[in-house]
Amino acid sequence: MSKFKKKQANTSQTVPTSAMPDVVFMLLIFFMVTTVLREVELQVQIDYALAENIEKIEQKRLVSYVYIGPERLGAGRMGETKVQIDDALVDDVGAIRNIMYDKLLEQPRLIVSMRVDRDSEFGIITDVQQELRHAGTLRINYSTRRQI
Amino acid sequence: MLNKKRGRESADIDGSSLADIAFLLLIFFLVVTTIDVDTGIGLILPPIPDDTTPPPPVRERNLMNILVNAQGMVLVNEQPAAVANVRDLVKEFVDNNGANPDLSESPSDAIVSIKTDRRTPYNVYIDMLDEVMGAYAELRHQASMNRFGVPFSSLEPGSERREVIQDMYPKKISIAEPDQG
Repeated sequence: MSKFKKKQANTSQTVPTSAMPDVVFMLLIFFMVTTVLREVELQVQIDYALAENIEKIEQKRLVSYVYIGPERLGAGRMGETKVQIDDALVDDVGAIRNIMYDKLLEQPRLIVSMRVDRDSEFGIITDVQQELRHAGTLRINYSTRRQI
Repeated sequence: MLNKKRGRESADIDGSSLADIAFLLLIFFLVVTTIDVDTGIGLILPPIPDDTTPPPPVRERNLMNILVNAQGMVLVNEQPAAVANVRDLVKEFVDNNGANPDLSESPSDAIVSIKTDRRTPYNVYIDMLDEVMGAYAELRHQASMNRFGVPFSSLEPGSERREVIQDMYPKKISIAEPDQG
């Protein structure tokens, strides 16, 4: 009996917490590195289309986004279908050519990801695709969510 | 003298609150992080054709025409079809290997052409493209299983085996320019 008691008394009951700040810092650094603060303010409404056979794009820095959808007018109202690149709406579709060409010069392996509202008509997408072809940005991606 | 010196405050900074600060920052980054990987259907657009060089001749049998109209109705080689059937039609067309004189000569000759109307809804088009991609994915999976005994998805991107299968079934998908109006 006395032997057992002795053993219990000798073991320390506390978990060492001195390494906790290190662990927390590691997690902190991980999240700081992976975080992308919201890069654009969306001015168009986008409900993604669903598809089954989709691929992931791992290299995020190659991707440039084109948003196509009905314009948000505030108070829940929707306007006409517009094209948004970066932070601005592009009113003249013909201007996309120059914007994309400049992006292609910066990043020769550019992938243009088209984030298109599912209820858009295909005509505007064709216009944008024509501009992309003129700009020489031929790798595109139709952004879709996985169908469940 | 000596006593006075000893009475001075210690020079180290108290480090116990460091963990709290780190926790606060951690929580901030946890909240703002969105680890969203962009997913979608990849495609390579054809370059703008020169006016000087005529387009390469394509034999009629090697071309599968898929037409989608503004109401979302589908026509495959002039025959009405449902979106759900397109996958099987594409598989049959691509994997014909010259057996049926109306279908493609070989998988590397086969071209799937998708033509839409300007008013075709986008999600119908994506469904269509999804079916075509699905057909190719199934064919590649089958070829990979026959040849290497492993599913296509498990082959490393850029590896030799993956390229062999990709060369067997190259995705030749043409997005035709829609008619005006």
